[in-house]
Amino acid sequence: MIKVRIPAQLRTLTGGVGEVPMEGATVGEVLKGLDAAHAGFAERIFDADGGLRRFVNVFLDEEDVRFLDGLGTPVTDGQTLSIVPAVAGG
Amino acid sequence: MDFVSGLRCRECGRTYPAEALHVCDFCFGPLEVTYDYERVAATISRERIESGPRSIWRYADLLPVRDAAPVDLGAGFTPLVRADRLAAELGLGELWIKDDTANPTGSFKDRVVSVALTKARQLGFKVAACASTGNLANSVAAHAARAGMDSVVLIPHDLEKAKVTMTSVYGGRVFAVQGSYDDVNRLCAELTSEQPEWAFVNVNVRTYYAEGSKTLAFEVAEQLGWQAPDHVVVPIGSGSQLTKVAKGFAELYTVGLLDEEPSVRVSGAQAAGCSPVATAFAEGTDVIRPVKPDTIAKSLAIGNPADGWYALDTIRRSGGACAAVTDAEVLDGIRLLARTEGIFAETAGGVTIATLAKLAAEGVIRSDERVVAMITGHGLKTVEALADVVGPTATIAPTLDSFAEAMAADAASTLRSSL
Repeated sequence: MIKVRIPAQLRTLTGGVGEVPMEGATVGEVLKGLDAAHAGFAERIFDADGGLRRFVNVFLDEEDVRFLDGLGTPVTDGQTLSIVPAVAGG
Repeated sequence: MDFVSGLRCRECGRTYPAEALHVCDFCFGPLEVTYDYERVAATISRERIESGPRSIWRYADLLPVRDAAPVDLGAGFTPLVRADRLAAELGLGELWIKDDTANPTGSFKDRVVSVALTKARQLGFKVAACASTGNLANSVAAHAARAGMDSVVLIPHDLEKAKVTMTSVYGGRVFAVQGSYDDVNRLCAELTSEQPEWAFVNVNVRTYYAEGSKTLAFEVAEQLGWQAPDHVVVPIGSGSQLTKVAKGFAELYTVGLLDEEPSVRVSGAQAAGCSPVATAFAEGTDVIRPVKPDTIAKSLAIGNPADGWYALDTIRRSGGACAAVTDAEVLDGIRLLARTEGIFAETAGGVTIATLAKLAAEGVIRSDERVVAMITGHGLKTVEALADVVGPTATIAPTLDSFAEAMAADAASTLRSSL
């Protein structure tokens, strides 16, 4: 089971819940599963080409998936996937 | 009353009311404050500004919040210093230093924090928070103390000692996080969802906060006699300051304070150990690839810059450039500015001066341009960086003989190094 952390901006899609358990073998599969379970995620976090939107960061545990294999990064049971708005800091 | 008409997503154009929002609910794009410029233009004038306080608040008509008693330690209206000796060394003509080391906590962050916390207080927040590479931490802790607000500051654990002390002294909570600034930033972005009652100045009130950097441009233009410069050099951390400096010059013209439409080339300065924007500029791409920073310029060590793309766009559209300099060049830059102009900058200022030197040597910054370099933080904050390169001429006994001997030795070594 993968724990997915949902930012406040997307909690309208999960009925206010900040953490959702999901299954999947890769980051992309987990996020697509999230959209299947809570319709609306895909159009908010993916761009027209199916990649992550420019201002969406996704972290697998502590690491930005852009430093890993992006949406193809494998995930294993017990890991946490966090969706975090990129516009922060500085 | 302020002249804010609302917030607008820079990516998809959706509009929002002027509340504690920083990203578009739909596409996560950054929100930008929009103003009713016709009303601003009908009110604002050079005389009205010149009779205002000697701080950023003289430009309140173009800030996203107005308050009879802002959260204020006196940020802004810092010196604009003509730098002829530095210009001569670099082969430049008219060069000016915007000396933001003179701010209350020693960096330009006082501008943005004064705006952010004034707005946060109006929105009802009681706690000021931030993710910081140090300068922002200093400023948030100080301004929160001034406003009687609690503060929660998160910093990377390996910051310069002065920046930690200058934050902790104000009595707020300070958390040293075992990770990089980008780790701290992610933690704060997540905390914002869990602690919506806290004003994270560079997260949930970032839209307002960032507007404070426009005052750098406002002041430069006013101090040049209501004229824009030809070229500005701005350090890039998140990239926000650079985009807001450009916006500031454009706004002055929009509301009728400049006679001619400004055409300011905006160039960016990064440290080679953290140069995602300079790399994208050099490669001619639109994609900012995040990096793992490794540089003594810790205040600019943001590997995943939130406004990197906009900074790059601003640089390209203005005809400027973006360059990166090594840590050794940063130390040279700090000493060059200190030696020629008597201004002691932190490592980020060294980045700016070294980049200025580099772009001047390459002919990108020209001797026929009126150039302004932004020096955004005080050298006392990062003295560790200089430990191996500056120090006393000699350590001597308190006797005339000892002094004479040391003077002679130094004169000989100076002579040798000049041969």
